[in-house]
Amino acid sequence: MRLDVVLRVVTKLLLPFMVVFGFYVQFHGEISPGGGFQAGVIIGAAVILYAIMFGLDRAMRVLSVSVVEKMISLGVLLYLGTGFVGMLKGGEFLNYSVLEHDPIGGQHLGITLIELGVLVTVAGTMIAIFYAFAGRGR
Amino acid sequence: MSGGQMTSLADQLPALQVALPLAGAALCALIDRRYVCWAISTLVSFAMPVIAVSLLLQVLHGGPVSYAFGGWEPPYGIEYRIDVVNGFLLVLISVMGAIIMPYARASVAAEIPENKQAWFYCMYQLCLAGLLGMAITGDAFNAFVFMEVSSLSMYVLIAMGSDRRALVAAYQYLILGTIGATMYVIGVGLLFAMTGTLNFVDMAERIVAVEQTRSVMAALAFITVGMCLKLALFPLHVWLPNAYTGAPSVATAFIASTATKVAVYLLLRYYFSIYGAKFVFGDLPVTPILLVLSLAAMFAASTVAIFQDNVKRMLAYSSVAQIGYITLGIALATPIGLTGGIVHLFNHALMKGALFLALGCVALRIGNCRIDTMAGIGRRMPLTMGAFVVAGLSLIGVPGTVGFVSKWYLALASIENGWWWLAFLIVASSLLAVVYIGRVIEIAWFRAPTGATAEATEAPLSMLIPTWLLAAACIAFGLDAELTAGVAARAADALFAGLVQ
Amino acid sequence: MSEYLSEVVDHYNQWITIFLMVAGLYVVVARGNMVKKLVGLSIFQTSVYLLYISPGKILGGTPPILADDFAVYSNPLPHVLILTAIVVGVATLALGLGLVVRINEAYGTVEEDEIFDKGGSE
Repeated sequence: MRLDVVLRVVTKLLLPFMVVFGFYVQFHGEISPGGGFQAGVIIGAAVILYAIMFGLDRAMRVLSVSVVEKMISLGVLLYLGTGFVGMLKGGEFLNYSVLEHDPIGGQHLGITLIELGVLVTVAGTMIAIFYAFAGRGR
Repeated sequence: MSGGQMTSLADQLPALQVALPLAGAALCALIDRRYVCWAISTLVSFAMPVIAVSLLLQVLHGGPVSYAFGGWEPPYGIEYRIDVVNGFLLVLISVMGAIIMPYARASVAAEIPENKQAWFYCMYQLCLAGLLGMAITGDAFNAFVFMEVSSLSMYVLIAMGSDRRALVAAYQYLILGTIGATMYVIGVGLLFAMTGTLNFVDMAERIVAVEQTRSVMAALAFITVGMCLKLALFPLHVWLPNAYTGAPSVATAFIASTATKVAVYLLLRYYFSIYGAKFVFGDLPVTPILLVLSLAAMFAASTVAIFQDNVKRMLAYSSVAQIGYITLGIALATPIGLTGGIVHLFNHALMKGALFLALGCVALRIGNCRIDTMAGIGRRMPLTMGAFVVAGLSLIGVPGTVGFVSKWYLALASIENGWWWLAFLIVASSLLAVVYIGRVIEIAWFRAPTGATAEATEAPLSMLIPTWLLAAACIAFGLDAELTAGVAARAADALFAGLVQ
Repeated sequence: MSEYLSEVVDHYNQWITIFLMVAGLYVVVARGNMVKKLVGLSIFQTSVYLLYISPGKILGGTPPILADDFAVYSNPLPHVLILTAIVVGVATLALGLGLVVRINEAYGTVEEDEIFDKGGSE
């Protein structure tokens, strides 16, 4: 019996709750402290905890380095894409009101997409930084 | 909140100026293939001067251009505001970025490891986006964000140098640069607390009521120190020589031409547009402080440059001295003096850009930039060193070159103030430039080629043409300074007029 | 005597900000270990967050959500600004630590004077 059994079991139990809490913080960013950056860090922390407990190789099998690096640029492109769509529909850059027929729905859609882009980029960045540091000298 | 009244591309130009390089950077990070990334980067950098020049023309004919981000009207939303000063700066940054990109293909392929070349182009475009954003924005905190975007990408660009000393240089620049940016944020925080707004125009109106309070004066002090760290004014220049020496040639050429200039612009914006020249130069002792530091920069840095063995390091110290000229123009606080300072922003970018690009060609052929290994290289690479000589003469201030134009304005402004000794000192410091440029020319042309230089051939055309474009511009804008000095004079007048009408 | 005491106690948030600012700058200047310098830089940046946020709280103010019963709201703008500043601080710290790791591999040490002796910077 390995000495870190408690840690491994508790980690496996905690991980889904961490990810769900991350998404909760993401979607409730409009009315309580939260939003893309905080949620990205929480989800990144979940993956990092998994990597610490079960080894870098197993974590890299779940999310490889190239996937994580692509996540970073895809999040930025999603953010900029929302801005460009607003421009194409006749408003200024990052004008959410023109994204849908009514301004309120447009604002809602715009903010959701923006925060999603931020979530993907920040989670990818945190995991990529961890992979870069932990992967050196192996 | 507007429903969207912008229908033409011309209206969207301010946003495109910053959004296109950002998108290009994200694409380069996604596509990890080096020549595709070079192509994307070149396309984006060629589009930038087109946008910047059309914006400047719009401003020169029709007055300041304002763009409200997200449809939120200023001062509630973030505003991009272009007037003559930052229109001029936008043209400078985008033109330098465009000229360097064709040069970069061969230079980057030679100096940077293969797997990092795509990331080099990504960082280059991020730096371009950050510098353009810092120049174009009309919001104080937005300027900080873009300042850090450009600075962080600059640290990465510098750390990509081949020598391990580039890493130490990047670290040193990171520490000092972050302290500078944080000082700027402290100043903005104090201003925000006192005026309640972050928009430049709104701040200029609201600051009149609170100008004599201690918080606002402390904010000015913090912003001055922060920006002087970024623009490498004399005692705060310690990061510059190591950073310019260690970085790859393309990065050095780009950073030397643009980074410090944007910091000067931000300082000008705060001194003239927000606080007002009467308060800053009349009530506070900014003129003597800047005067002393500028003179110290001009003389001390030029003297240290004379004794350097690495030509890149020599030119880095020369840059510190040239920044002293720019701040001297600001310290003089007259329209002619300020014109001299602003036109020297442009001219120095041309001169230093040409010099560092020429050095990059030399580094491509012989592998390093040490002055003893460059013996006789002028005979093997005449076109490259010819460009170096032209730009070097411009640095000294020979009549007919751009360097003379800026020094003429500065000397004129000093004489106008009655400070004959200052005009004499400006000429005297140019003589120091003769010594260090003369050293390089003597070793390059008047010694026989040895060792590595014996087999050196001329640099490839893709690198020669940008170098000679800049060197030719040094002469062209020196003979006919109507374009640059004219716009600079209009910019100086706009700054003195201020934002509060 | 009591006015001086009240001056300290009433503005305790500003005093803490000043203390952190100066302590962070001191660590950057006085310590030669590169990691410690980065820690000092982080402390310096944290003081700036306090500088923005603590005056933003209006005593008696509610979170800025429109409701009929409440008229006084705490200022939400400093929070947004500081979120951005925190992200910038995190990125700077990550980049700095990455550079320190590379410097350690290249020189074998992270003490600035040892790197200077090995020809790190001139």
